[in-house]
Amino acid sequence: MVKIINLVKSFSGHKVLDGINLTMPLGQITVVIGKSGVGKSVLLKHIVGLLKPDSGQIIVDGQDMSLLGGRQLREFKRRFGVLFQGGALFDSLNVFENIAFPLREKTRLPEAEIGQRVRFRLAQMNLTSEVETKLPDELSGGMKKRVALARAMIQEPEIMFFDEPVTGLDPPMANTVFHLIAKTHQESGYTALVVSHDIPEVFQVADQVAMLHQGRIIAAGTAEEIQNHPDPVVQSFIRGEVDFLEA
Amino acid sequence: MANLVRQLGQRSLNIVQEAGGMMIFLLEGLSLALVPPFRPRRVLEEIYQIGVKSTLIVMLTGAFTGMVMALQGYYTLKQYGSEGALGSAVALSLIREMGPVLTGIMVSARAGSAVTAEIGIMRITEQLDALDTMAVNPLQYVVMPKLLAGVIAVPLLTAIFDVVGILGGYLVGVVLLGVSSGSYFAGMARSVVPLDINGGIVKSLVFGLTIILVACYKGYHTGPGAEGVSKATNQTVVLSAVLVLAWDYVLTSFFM
Repeated sequence: MVKIINLVKSFSGHKVLDGINLTMPLGQITVVIGKSGVGKSVLLKHIVGLLKPDSGQIIVDGQDMSLLGGRQLREFKRRFGVLFQGGALFDSLNVFENIAFPLREKTRLPEAEIGQRVRFRLAQMNLTSEVETKLPDELSGGMKKRVALARAMIQEPEIMFFDEPVTGLDPPMANTVFHLIAKTHQESGYTALVVSHDIPEVFQVADQVAMLHQGRIIAAGTAEEIQNHPDPVVQSFIRGEVDFLEA
Repeated sequence: MANLVRQLGQRSLNIVQEAGGMMIFLLEGLSLALVPPFRPRRVLEEIYQIGVKSTLIVMLTGAFTGMVMALQGYYTLKQYGSEGALGSAVALSLIREMGPVLTGIMVSARAGSAVTAEIGIMRITEQLDALDTMAVNPLQYVVMPKLLAGVIAVPLLTAIFDVVGILGGYLVGVVLLGVSSGSYFAGMARSVVPLDINGGIVKSLVFGLTIILVACYKGYHTGPGAEGVSKATNQTVVLSAVLVLAWDYVLTSFFM
């Protein structure tokens, strides 16, 4: 279980996260929704240890991550898998090398075993072995996302993080990615955090939903509860209404 | 007036802060060379990227520098009837000064800018973050091999620059202008002492480390977007060239 307690973060005097409290229950998918630029990715980067909070705690299975540093923190992160917004595939490595990278770096598995695991993940993502030798630049947006998901899953993480997993994808491909998230979650049973503004598609994978607005969680509950939430800000966001103040 | 002083003070503080940041970055990067995994393969890859790929441009620069120096030196020495000292003049200038400095500037323009752009793009496309979340230290995987490669490759490139420059000087001085081949090489052998060669090697080591340090640091701390990478690349070329010249003065004053 991941517990975020009173998390505060400011950049150049501007408070982006203003006392976030959130629990990610074990084995469930928690979805954080909110407008672009509201701090969803900043929240995710705090939990995976890429950013340090100004104050507050992030507790993963009873371990306060703010008390870990350097090598200890890095080793702790081996339990995590992260799907970055743009995929973050390594330009200089082909698809096979990208997916095999965490295994080659962090395990002493023989190459045959690594090859077997990579091909299993490729098949799981509905990718053929023909893509193995392609460089990331030669892949479509959807393929990149699936390869990145295969890489994030290769070490069988206990906790998965998805940062805007379908941004920039066409609707059928977005549905494919959400379907893959649901399928891998069902197979592996990982705890997950999905950060997205793709409403209502993201609700199909959500066990619980939290809405981030002006640095705070303003609503939390099941997808159905959020869709029927009385807060006008939540309703306005779900209905995709034009924000006249911002427009 | 007060505003001007305030701005000047802020600028000075920024420079000191950046210099301190660079030193910490250097120490962290180099100390990771002593911690497993040692990554010799990555170091070799970087020697290829920074060193081997810069060889042609360094050879071209060295050849033309040697040729120009022979041409200039010949007409100056001729006024005093000392054309025979042409070899020693070309070799000393190249080994002590021109070789390390021009190699440094060429490496900064070719490899330094490429290193900043590569790391900068890795930063803005979250590849460095991805390494971190895979429990791989980005400083050890990306930066440390480049720093070591800079220290290894730049002295070797400088040696190539010196040899090609001396041959370029031979082509102009001996083949085209008729200086005796024997006096060209004999003068060189008489006047170049080990201290000159050692001085050149020390300079090239320091320049190599400085250029790649600046390139890695600027790339690692690049601003957002394509504009950030472009700005960082530009700063790398300018700052590393200025630092090469500044270090050259400091080191020359030690060796003189």
